[in-house]
Amino acid sequence: MKYIRNFSIIAHIDHGKSTLADRMIQYTGVVDERNFKNQILDDMDIERERGITIKSQAITLPYQAKDGNVYFFNLIDTPGHVDFSYEVSRSLASCEGVILLIDAAQGVQAQTVANLYTAMEHDLEIIPVINKIDLPSADIEAVMEQIDSELGLDPFSSLTCSAKSGTGVEDILETIVQRIPPPKGNPEAPLASLIFDAKYDPFRGTIINCRIFDGTVKSGDVIRFMHNETTYKVEEVGSFLISRQKKDNLSAGEVGYIIAGVKTVSDVNIGDTITLDNRPCSKPLPGFKEAKPVVFASIYPIASDDYEELAVALEKYELNDASFTYQKDSSAALGQGFRCGFLGLLHLDIVQERLEREYDLSIILSVPSVRYRFTLNSGEVAYIDNPSFYPDVMTIAKSEEPYIRATMMFPERYLGSVMKLCREKRGDKSALNYPSPGRVELIFEMPLAEVIYDFYDRLKTITQGYGSFDYDMIDYRESSLVLLDILVNGEKVDALAQIVHRDLARKRGLHACEKLKEEIPRQMFKIAIQGAIGGQIISRTTISPFRKDVTAKCYGGDITRKRKLLEKQRKGKKRMKMVGSVAIPQSAFIAILKSDQT
Amino acid sequence: MNPGLYIHIPFCISKCNYCNFYSVTSLDLISDFLESLFTEMGMYRGQFEVFDTLYIGGGTPSALRVEQIEKLLEKAQESFVFSPNSEITIEVNPGDVNATLLKALLKTGVNRINLGIQSFDNTILSFLGRRHSHKEAISTLEMSRDAGFDNLGFDLIYGVPGQNINDWLQTLDQVLIFNPEHLSCYELTVEPGTPLAASYRKGNVTLPDEELQYDFFIKTSEKLEDAGYIHYEVSNFARGMTYASGHNQKYWNHTPYLGLGPSAHSLLHNKRWWNHKSLRTYISNIKRGKPPVQDAEYLTKDQLRLEALYLGLRTKKGINLCDFKRKYNYDLLIEKKEIIMKLIDGGLIDIKNGYIYPSRRGLAVADSLSLI
Repeated sequence: MKYIRNFSIIAHIDHGKSTLADRMIQYTGVVDERNFKNQILDDMDIERERGITIKSQAITLPYQAKDGNVYFFNLIDTPGHVDFSYEVSRSLASCEGVILLIDAAQGVQAQTVANLYTAMEHDLEIIPVINKIDLPSADIEAVMEQIDSELGLDPFSSLTCSAKSGTGVEDILETIVQRIPPPKGNPEAPLASLIFDAKYDPFRGTIINCRIFDGTVKSGDVIRFMHNETTYKVEEVGSFLISRQKKDNLSAGEVGYIIAGVKTVSDVNIGDTITLDNRPCSKPLPGFKEAKPVVFASIYPIASDDYEELAVALEKYELNDASFTYQKDSSAALGQGFRCGFLGLLHLDIVQERLEREYDLSIILSVPSVRYRFTLNSGEVAYIDNPSFYPDVMTIAKSEEPYIRATMMFPERYLGSVMKLCREKRGDKSALNYPSPGRVELIFEMPLAEVIYDFYDRLKTITQGYGSFDYDMIDYRESSLVLLDILVNGEKVDALAQIVHRDLARKRGLHACEKLKEEIPRQMFKIAIQGAIGGQIISRTTISPFRKDVTAKCYGGDITRKRKLLEKQRKGKKRMKMVGSVAIPQSAFIAILKSDQT
Repeated sequence: MNPGLYIHIPFCISKCNYCNFYSVTSLDLISDFLESLFTEMGMYRGQFEVFDTLYIGGGTPSALRVEQIEKLLEKAQESFVFSPNSEITIEVNPGDVNATLLKALLKTGVNRINLGIQSFDNTILSFLGRRHSHKEAISTLEMSRDAGFDNLGFDLIYGVPGQNINDWLQTLDQVLIFNPEHLSCYELTVEPGTPLAASYRKGNVTLPDEELQYDFFIKTSEKLEDAGYIHYEVSNFARGMTYASGHNQKYWNHTPYLGLGPSAHSLLHNKRWWNHKSLRTYISNIKRGKPPVQDAEYLTKDQLRLEALYLGLRTKKGINLCDFKRKYNYDLLIEKKEIIMKLIDGGLIDIKNGYIYPSRRGLAVADSLSLI
């Protein structure tokens, strides 16, 4: 156990996390040059393109240290967005230390601070590393200063490197050996293992990524998921050396995988504790939360013929994304589809993109909504996350909406503007802390619906990227709600409807009309867009038709050219949903939730 | 329907600013070209049915001498079979021709002249880069009538920078005095690779906005239909359908056509092919006994359907719904019922006697109509 080091790298986007991980992987030689590709841990295209990690990843690197011993480094990569903050906390709970990577030119950024605080909560050893020191704009001294004043860490404990060129990487590896403590735990004790991720493999079922705290697990053992109260027989255990490497057992202190005939990832809860069925540990590891979807939207195929294909794609997709839920749904305007649940808007965005990319589907998402609670006159309680099922207003005794506790951290100078934003978002019961000089922690209780409505984007804009944001669900609170309908050419488009606070209804109605006007292309006839509450029109706008588009000349050589152009336009049109005779582009449904101020 | 023959004469004395048809301004290669053209005719012997139209376009066919035109027609008749009352059109540039030549043309069997008048306004003519003047245009018109041509078509351009609608309507008034059998009124279009495109890119030239384009289009149609013309295609008007260009209509209804000369396009069933857009390559290919074809495409049923839709909706006649359903296995009235009803309501299209056809306002958006 004393030769094991479990750690994670935390960094702001673009500060070089993936490059440093790549360099460590190369240095320890687990991948030969031929098989090496950049950002080896970000194995989805979408992760490479966006520069964010969506799923946690782990890799074991054998490192021959200067003291002559071989150490096993378990590098656990973590996602970098508030939608996935729970996954981050579970990954960090599996480590003893972190490398805090800071760009020498850009200095300490908001995300760095937010993740650092999570690391501190877990009492992890923190090694600050200043990266990109070979950049002409690198200012190592200023960054040291920030490490001291903004992070409250000892600047002299920090290392410098250029992950790009490899300078300083060996130093980092040596420091990991020296400073990050080896894991503790008793291999003989009852098994206590933390699940920090799970992936679906078409041949083996679910691959569970876990950290063993106590005990030992081997193939043939019967394991129990303490929260789920389900048992499985272990087929294989091992560690990740780029690809899976089978081992005899995993024991206390190790990070690795367990394959146990678990069919889908939804059968596994991130944060759950695995123990042995015949010799369970006394209590589960702390920190478990059920990752529940909080944002809901319906997905429809653009061409209704693709419904079956969409059904198959969702079934496959769900295998690999435990926080994604779906069920059948149908819309008067958009036809057959599915109502889906997401962790947040980024999650929704990612699901949409992966469905389109990996399953080659063209889909439309309805306007996202949170889950409201209505108490009816009959005493019945209804949870409604789909505006189509908004109860008859005459039957509603009480309307409630979900509230969250938002924790934001940012430099003091932005306090005024952030407070203003939170109040605008119906924020309430604020609290203010000064965790370090110049930096404030602001806590607000806010309706979740306001948070999904462009809150995070605006916070980032206001704080120029220095604001971090995290939230917890707290409870349901009474609220004055109305159903805002959108009519396109007099026809209600249920997928554009929103449940909104009464005081904001008019503003939202206007905003929706304006956004749709921007998003819906002009057509051959006038398009009227209206916002309505209970039959009363509260906002309207008109998209005027275009009147002239025909090309003047069309003879021999023009015919093919023109046809090709029309084919291209026709293809673009196939990516729009026909609602009545109006073609609505995919972007329109999401645009309604985006404000102009971002 | 009988096929049509097109012959492209790739020579111009000078290039006009807006034009992207293929031509060269050196006349040195005319005889080499004609020789190649006659060989090319031989290459297609027996491949097409009896032609009933011949269209000599360009370029500037009137850049040829009369003997050369005579020879060309002679060779065409040797190589192909024409029906007795074929429509034989030649494009003529005002100022290039005299009375003798016109009389000679009539004798060779040419029965339709298309005059590149473009405008009666000298300022506009010089903006467009035309060599002729208002006066020359009128004298060519008069000479053509005197020579005995009873089927004259004029090409006109509108929407020229600085031109307002009244200027243009006045031009039309002047044109109508000559009582042309056919009028092509083209909105000035910026074609890539032309001097006009270069000035447009630099911002030296501004073209009418959509509203003004629409007004030009509608007022032109109204005025000419009031004067007794049929607006039978987006840019074409005829004093009765007997004067509509028989040749050009073939392009819009997938009738086979053979195009000879550089850059010319041909269509036979589902194959479309086109010649090299270079006189030298054209000549050298033929000298080596090779058809001067640059490339070909084989149209799928879906592509043919899209073409039939967009080309058909450019014409007043429209699309025969039964034929369309039979040929493409696609019932427009069933598949596109809702949008068709909406467009009928909006006055953009109508259905009568089994045809779906665009209204005047519909013609102005014909490209989009085909995307329903």
